[in-house]
Amino acid sequence: MSGPLPHNQEFLLPASNLFIALSVLAALLLNWLPWEGIWLALRPDFVALVILYWCVYKPYRVGIGTAWAVGIFADVANASLFGQHALAYAVLAFGGIILHRRIQMLDLRQQTLQVFPVLLAAYAVFAAVHWQLHGYVAWEYFIGSVLSALLWVPLSMLLQALRRPRVESEL
Amino acid sequence: MEHTQSFRFFNRGPSPVVRLVFFAALSLLLLFVDARFKYLESTRTVLSIVLYPLQKLASVPGSLWQSADTFFTLQGNLIRENAELRHQHEVDAVKLQELQALQAENQSLRQLLAVQQRTGYVTQMAEIVYVERDIFKRKLFLDKGSQAGVQAGQVVMDDTGIVGQITRVYPWLSEVTLITDKDHAVPVQVLRTGLRSIIFGSGDTSELALRYMPVSADLQNDDVLVTSGIDGTYPPGLPVAKVNSIERDPAYPFARVQCMPLAGVSKQRHLLILSSQAKLPERPAPVVEAAAESPKKGKRKKP
Repeated sequence: MSGPLPHNQEFLLPASNLFIALSVLAALLLNWLPWEGIWLALRPDFVALVILYWCVYKPYRVGIGTAWAVGIFADVANASLFGQHALAYAVLAFGGIILHRRIQMLDLRQQTLQVFPVLLAAYAVFAAVHWQLHGYVAWEYFIGSVLSALLWVPLSMLLQALRRPRVESEL
Repeated sequence: MEHTQSFRFFNRGPSPVVRLVFFAALSLLLLFVDARFKYLESTRTVLSIVLYPLQKLASVPGSLWQSADTFFTLQGNLIRENAELRHQHEVDAVKLQELQALQAENQSLRQLLAVQQRTGYVTQMAEIVYVERDIFKRKLFLDKGSQAGVQAGQVVMDDTGIVGQITRVYPWLSEVTLITDKDHAVPVQVLRTGLRSIIFGSGDTSELALRYMPVSADLQNDDVLVTSGIDGTYPPGLPVAKVNSIERDPAYPFARVQCMPLAGVSKQRHLLILSSQAKLPERPAPVVEAAAESPKKGKRKKP
C-alpha cells in the first residue's frame, strides 16, 4: 500500500525523452502560476523536484547539463540573473546523481529524508547568490525547501504511476 | 532498470564532480557577466520570445478564475458597487471642477512667472501578465512591450499612485521594478511642507523607507509623499506613499521613517504606463539649482 517501490523489481516503461520533457514543462508551468505573497514563500519548487526525480531514476539521461539548461530558462522567465537558477539546479542534479543508488534502495518515507538536504543545498545556493549580489536574504524563502521535500512522495508516486505499463497493453 | 546493473566506469563521459565544476564555473561566469556588464540582454530577449507562449499559458488559470469570478458576481454586489462608483464619481466631479479652476490659475501664474508649461501625460493601459515569482524581488510583468512602444525608464502607476518603473523591455512584455524593490529610489516631496527627500524600497516587505531624514525634519504620520519631478524621470506631483511611522532616536543622526505605498499593486489588474519622458519641458533655472544642492543620487542604481 505504500505506493510503487522501485526496488521491488517493478516493471516500468522506459522513460521516453518526450515524457521527461513534458514532465519538466508541466513543472515549469506550475512554478509560473501567479503565486503571491505568503503563497510564494510556501510554493514548492516543482521544477527542482522533477529534475531531482529524473536525476535519481535516470541519472544517465538527465544530468547536470540538462538541469543547468532548465535553470537558464527559469532564469529568463523569472528575470533573475543568468545562472542563478542554473547554478542551484546544477547543484541539485549533482546531489541527485551522487545519491541515486541510495535513494532507490529506500522506501518513499526514507527517501524524503534523503532528498531534503539536497533540496536545501540547492535553495541555499540560490539564496547565497542573491545575498552576495544584494546583501540580504528573505528567510521565509527556505520554507519552500521543506514543502518541496514533503511533496517528493506524491510527486514520485505520480511519475512512477505514469511510467507503469497499462494493463490492456500488457499482452 | 538498465543503469542499476553495473557501473560502467569509462564510457559515461566525465564524472559528476567534473560536470558540476564545469557547470558551476559556467553559471558563475554568466552571473558575473550579467551582474557587472549588460552583455546578455539580447540573449535574454531571444529566450524570452521562446518562453512567451508558455508564460501566457501559465497565466491562463488566473484569468479564467477572474472571469469566472466576474461571471458569478451577485447582482446585489453589482448594485452596491454601482452606487458607490456613482457617489465617487460625483465627489470626483466636484474635485475636477476645482482642479480645472486651479489649473487655469496655475497656468496664468506660470505665465506671469515666465516658467515653462507642464505638459500632460500620454498614458498607455497595460495588463499585468504576472507578478513576481521570485520571493527576493519586487517585480511584475506587463503585456505591452517594445512592439507597443514601451521604453525602459517609463513610469508605471495605477489610479492611486506610482507603482514602479519599467526596467527591461521585451518584444511583447515589459518588466516593472516596483518602488518597494530594495534597489529602487524615487525622489519625493512631502505634500504638506514641500520637504524633499528620496524614498527607497525596503526589499523583503511591502514598505518604503525615507533614509537620511534629519531627526528634526518636519514630518508627521499620514503625511503624503508625492514625486518631486527633479530627476526628470518621474513627472512631478504623483502620489507615492504615506508616512506610516516615524522613529526619532536622538542617538542616531537620522530618523527612521517607514512609509506605505499608496498604489495597490496586488489589487489591480490594469496599470498605466506614462510616456511623458520625451515631452518633459526643460527645467527652469531655479529648480536646477535646487536639484544640485541635494547631493544624493536621484536616479536608481540600475539604469
